[in-house]
Amino acid sequence: MSERCAVIGVGQTFHAAARTDVSIAGMVREAARRALDDASLDWPDIDAVVIGKAPDMFEGVVMPELYLASALGAVGKPMLRVHTAGSVGGSTALVAAHLVTSGRHSRVLTVAFEKQSDSDAMWALSVPQPFSPPLLAGAGGYFAPIIRAYIRRSGAPDHIGIEVAVKDRLHGLRNEYAHLHMEDINFDMVRDSIMLWDPIRYLETCPSSDGACAMVLGDEHAAESSQVPPAWVHGMAMRSEPTMFAGRDQVNPQAGRDCAADVYRQAGISDPRREIDMAEVYVPFSWYEPMWLENLGFAAEGEGWKLTDSGATSMDGGDIPWNCSGGVLCTNPIGASGMLRFAEAALQVRGRAGEHQVDGVRRALGHAYGGGSQFFAMWVLGSEKP
Amino acid sequence: MATTSRATGSAQAATAQAYQATYLAAAQDALRLASRRDRFRPVAVVSFAQSRTVEREDHLNEVEMLMPVVAEALGAAGITKKELGFVCSGSSDYLVGAPFSFVMALDAVGAWPPMRESHVEMDGAFALYEAWTMLQDEDMDTALVYSFGRSSPGDIRRVLAMQLDPYVEAPMWPDHVAIAALQARALVDSGKLSEKEMAEIALRSWHDAMSSPTAQVAREAGLEELLAEDYLVSPLRPHAVAPVGDGAAAVVLAAGEKALELAEHPAWITGIDHRIEPSSLGARDLTVSGSTRLAGIGAGVVSPGADDLGVTGGAAVEIPEVDLAELHAPFAHQEPLIAEALGLDASVRLNPSGGALSANPLMVAGLARIGEAARRVMDGSARVAVAHATSGPCLQQNLVCLLAAEAEAGGAVSGRGA
Repeated sequence: MSERCAVIGVGQTFHAAARTDVSIAGMVREAARRALDDASLDWPDIDAVVIGKAPDMFEGVVMPELYLASALGAVGKPMLRVHTAGSVGGSTALVAAHLVTSGRHSRVLTVAFEKQSDSDAMWALSVPQPFSPPLLAGAGGYFAPIIRAYIRRSGAPDHIGIEVAVKDRLHGLRNEYAHLHMEDINFDMVRDSIMLWDPIRYLETCPSSDGACAMVLGDEHAAESSQVPPAWVHGMAMRSEPTMFAGRDQVNPQAGRDCAADVYRQAGISDPRREIDMAEVYVPFSWYEPMWLENLGFAAEGEGWKLTDSGATSMDGGDIPWNCSGGVLCTNPIGASGMLRFAEAALQVRGRAGEHQVDGVRRALGHAYGGGSQFFAMWVLGSEKP
Repeated sequence: MATTSRATGSAQAATAQAYQATYLAAAQDALRLASRRDRFRPVAVVSFAQSRTVEREDHLNEVEMLMPVVAEALGAAGITKKELGFVCSGSSDYLVGAPFSFVMALDAVGAWPPMRESHVEMDGAFALYEAWTMLQDEDMDTALVYSFGRSSPGDIRRVLAMQLDPYVEAPMWPDHVAIAALQARALVDSGKLSEKEMAEIALRSWHDAMSSPTAQVAREAGLEELLAEDYLVSPLRPHAVAPVGDGAAAVVLAAGEKALELAEHPAWITGIDHRIEPSSLGARDLTVSGSTRLAGIGAGVVSPGADDLGVTGGAAVEIPEVDLAELHAPFAHQEPLIAEALGLDASVRLNPSGGALSANPLMVAGLARIGEAARRVMDGSARVAVAHATSGPCLQQNLVCLLAAEAEAGGAVSGRGA
């Protein structure tokens, strides 16, 4: 990395199943305005805008960044639109960070959003592709067999997925911006919810949300003139692998392992469980927590579920709290879901996470994945200048 | 406009004033970028390949369209996919009519072992810009940039209407040809351009395309024949509108010493910038391309001039003598508009490839302009070339790339400004 980069402002919308009170432009502006306010900056202070979202079919607007240029103060500036499937919120932040580390710009606004209520993601994820057999099952239908493979391989008991679903909803109660606030969430409630795609129950899956997330990224000078402590980028990486080929391990994908290894190497981390104080990881179906615990090196292969079972990933007494914001299981504006993970890591490092703050976070991991578990984006942020 | 009411007129004046302040700040920022160009790690185009653009690609899927193009670009650079530091692509789901169309397209590269890879829902020229910023990090030396566009499955005039404000514009389904015709009308009415000149641009483009193996429209025609055509949308006749086609393109970039290893004469990117304007046509003066000018200033292609609102300050930027320019003008009237914004005079050869009027695969044509310009620098027929890519209604977003045979931005310095 040539220049240093830090997060100096974070903002997000209040998330809901349908934000009928705002247009798409109003929604992204709500997040961007909060990020600028957090950074004590205004629109003219921004050099460039990088926006990301998942498929355009989720809102029915072709390349919506064109229409959003004015709302995001991008007029007269460079503007890029990233789309890397579910990982897009993370990769959008990484593209923005590279505009800073390359020495190109001093302050970059990065925004990600999805207004799922404008369409039907289940439909938009199931459009028959020419030359390919139609899936017609949405994301849950795609991931359920992979989760079954994990359970069979690791011998994990059935209740692990339920525990994650309860834990993340309990975390989400502390986050005023989260979409789901389930005051009465408990083990039996999740267990008794309807089976959608065996073994994924209704309450083990993420909601469909409207929402946006934004961050202001700055160079060293911008970070040091910031009134609030910055979250320094200690490492960042992305990796992709093909959707399918014989021998591909979809349970523990190589691209995820490579991406984590790269980001840990940059940040000088050899034991993530000990050296990372909290992690925000893309867990859209509860079982992905134990799976990613292994993929990200927090547990040995086949052992991730034991870490979850021990309560290690809970804010209440766990030594490696995961998804303190409530995670994707509480809030899922698809295109923004990855950036919300990256932003939560920044909030935690800056001590700005409010009721879901973990004490004394010095280093945090933000993670996003997408496609058929094939696109990965990650960063490690730290309170100290690298 | 004569029919504009006084109230609307003053609102427009207020909008114009607000935009001018924004423009001034942007021009100063662009000038600052241009004056710092020598601080960046030198990156060059080392190879380029593109498919023949066809009206309707019925036999190949996206992967099959891309594979020969990617193989040709990698082959020309003499590297394998395993040596690539970064891969970046550009495409649009709505053209194909399927979400995540770029996901399967990645199979054209065969991302195994896993790669550092990203995608923009934009023309491939913007993917090239992303790759350029990635290559500023010293830990990678090469990047593959590719894009594909398959417009034939849908009705492009309806698809592109969905690029507009979804609440107040798109529901009326104004198509991109009608919108471009508003711009052409404004130019004709202002006396900047005639219908005859538009036809001459088409004639030259089609003539030049006869030496291009990848063009979709290449033929000789007569001026009278073209001017006798019925209007598609007045004042645009069919010849002034780019053909709809399917195609793919790929570029290999390399940084520093690696570029000299991979190409005998790399085309160095000595300046690159892109800028966007408001989407709303009412907030813009359609007879100029302000964002092209800004990107041109940022790329070091043109100096801010008298009509750039007195932009001052910033180090002096050497403006090189340009031999040729590949300008992405999907409508004939846009070519002189872009050339004017970039300060390109009659001595500069425009669109020797035949330009977008000969082949305009969406999401590909901008990257192809960079490739075509780079090809001519690499083969020695140009020392300095300008490439331009556009996106959005009426040239809303523009990217400008300066390519040169020498890594330094040097060369003959002219006072060419606005």
